[in-house]
Amino acid sequence: MSTKFVIEGLKATIEGKEILKGINLEMKGGEIHAIMGPNGTGKSTLASALMGHPKYEVTDGKVLLNDEDVLDMEVDERALAGLFLAMQYPSEIAGVTNSDFLRSSINARRGEGNEISLIKFIRQMEGKMKELEMNPEFAHRYLNEGFSGGEKKRNEILQMMMLDPKIVILDEIDSGLDIDALRIVANGVNAMKSEKRGFLIITHYQRLLNYITPDYVHVMMQGRIVKSGGPELAERLEAEGYDWIKEELGITDETVGQDA
Amino acid sequence: MTTQTILPVNAEALKALSESKQEPTWLTDSRLASLELAGQLELPKLEKQRIERWNIQSYGEYKESKKLASLDDLPEQVAKLVEGSREGGLVIQRNSGTVHVSLAPELAAKGVIFTDLETAVKEHADLVKPYLHQALKNDEHSMAALHAAVWNGGVFLYVPKNVEVDVPLQAVMLSDDAEATFAPHVLVVAEANSQITYVDNYVSDSLTAPVTHNGAVEVFVKNGAKVRYASVHQLTGEVTDVTFRRAMLENDASIEWIVGEMNDGDTASDTMSILKGNGSTSDAKIIAVGSGSQKINYTTQAKHFGKSSESQMITRAVMREEAQAIINGITKIEKGATKADGQQTERVLMLSPKARGDANPILLIDEDDVTAGHAASVGQVNREQVYYLMSRGISRTVAESLIIYGFLAPVVSEIPLEGLRDQLQGLVERKLGQ
Repeated sequence: MSTKFVIEGLKATIEGKEILKGINLEMKGGEIHAIMGPNGTGKSTLASALMGHPKYEVTDGKVLLNDEDVLDMEVDERALAGLFLAMQYPSEIAGVTNSDFLRSSINARRGEGNEISLIKFIRQMEGKMKELEMNPEFAHRYLNEGFSGGEKKRNEILQMMMLDPKIVILDEIDSGLDIDALRIVANGVNAMKSEKRGFLIITHYQRLLNYITPDYVHVMMQGRIVKSGGPELAERLEAEGYDWIKEELGITDETVGQDA
Repeated sequence: MTTQTILPVNAEALKALSESKQEPTWLTDSRLASLELAGQLELPKLEKQRIERWNIQSYGEYKESKKLASLDDLPEQVAKLVEGSREGGLVIQRNSGTVHVSLAPELAAKGVIFTDLETAVKEHADLVKPYLHQALKNDEHSMAALHAAVWNGGVFLYVPKNVEVDVPLQAVMLSDDAEATFAPHVLVVAEANSQITYVDNYVSDSLTAPVTHNGAVEVFVKNGAKVRYASVHQLTGEVTDVTFRRAMLENDASIEWIVGEMNDGDTASDTMSILKGNGSTSDAKIIAVGSGSQKINYTTQAKHFGKSSESQMITRAVMREEAQAIINGITKIEKGATKADGQQTERVLMLSPKARGDANPILLIDEDDVTAGHAASVGQVNREQVYYLMSRGISRTVAESLIIYGFLAPVVSEIPLEGLRDQLQGLVERKLGQ
């Protein structure tokens, strides 16, 4: 079955402040969607709300992954249903090695009695780490602890590759990456392109989209998607910035939930 | 406020028991003098907790323990503990007395003594008498006095000069009869430049009534000697465990304490290194898990007298359910202990809103030319971390346990004995209800 992911009228608040004011989006397996927009317009909130971050409260709407509403699910159930979020600021967890963490994640999918063999796991992980040009010692380091910004992002992509999700959300995966790292991360994403998998790429720079070509581009402002188009929209944004959209829509302050 | 200690035994009975065991007169006298002190002294003071409200009256009475005909007669739990670790030496105490003693012949040939303390006072009085109750004196408080009066079974480990023992010697202290006094005393003497590792386990089984364990450990580390002392307490909820551990260190001597506090009942433990000698070092690692409605008081202390003496103390404790823990670290540097260095860290992770943990780092420094430091933290499982792990499909329970093990890992991974590390790991899992 081809993957279908539908966001319908999604509203979310943080500490009582409404940040998402009704997001609508539909994507299918094989498609790459980019969400662009200036800072403070609700892009990362969208990513966090989809994954179920405890700080955000969803007040309205539906998020259907193959007709199942993920909003009814716990965070881990969303992941098991096929949702994956590569985070902008992944947590550092002392005492838990990267490989133990990854193995627990894989085994959570396989269930008790069907755990992945250690050899097979190591072989898989080492292979993927090589593709991402990661130092093998990262397998034994504590999860994200003392990783540089770029190393953390690669580690997120490593997890994505190992977990084989249906819907991948990349939240500002390009921030803090130099060109080489950006290329490696983009190659990782491109290698994962498949008819079964949809990508939602959140970014406020167009440069990532030089490496990963989106099928659809959406612009977010004031907690809503205000404009959608094809790859040419990203190019125009790169060339002209966001002001023309604000003008076109009569928006003066594009941000949402920010204190003046 | 004076709290009168109710004595579990009277002088005549104590004297009669000592005589019936044919203990030397000096020991009978010491027991009787200690009993008298126990009636006069105050209970030990616990920071922010009142030990007089704990069950510290259930001493039962002395009951003779039958020697084990064979190790196959061990209760299953104990059998598991000693599996594969018998080659060095093994002492097993069951309730009031010792039921098994063994020591590898090659160690005995080198002059190593490893036996129960009751035997040692008779056979090696010259080696026992100068040390017994010298690191933990019987006039420190009423519990120390009462311990000195009623102790039974116990362990005596003596390592002669220059002898290095590379296999760990092991002891198991088992309480499985609530009517029997359970008060082992462990005495270790490591002569100059010797080396030894000693591991013990305190366990209880099928108790039907409360038991008070009033235990003491004394370790004497002579010039240049090294002692590694590992102790795991996994007593069931019926047992109130009060344990005092003391090490006395001479020049260039070193001790490494590894303590796993995995009891289910109220527990007070006090582990102190007295760094008398110049260049002496002490390293204490304590890991603890509290659960149920346990009241817990862990104190780790280093007292520096020697120049260039060094101490390191690390406690990591996890408190779940309604467990309440007070964790104290006391580094005391006396005047004249120049170039001493004392470092301590206490960290508490709380898993439930009803769990309580206090970490009190205390530095008392009477000398200028020293270095000392402390760090302490008390916190809950980080919500952001749980979210991150769950976002990869890991259940909340597994996520939390990964974080908890991660919290304990810096101490557990430093434990040099693989078997002990695995055992502690297993106990942590059990205490966490997994």
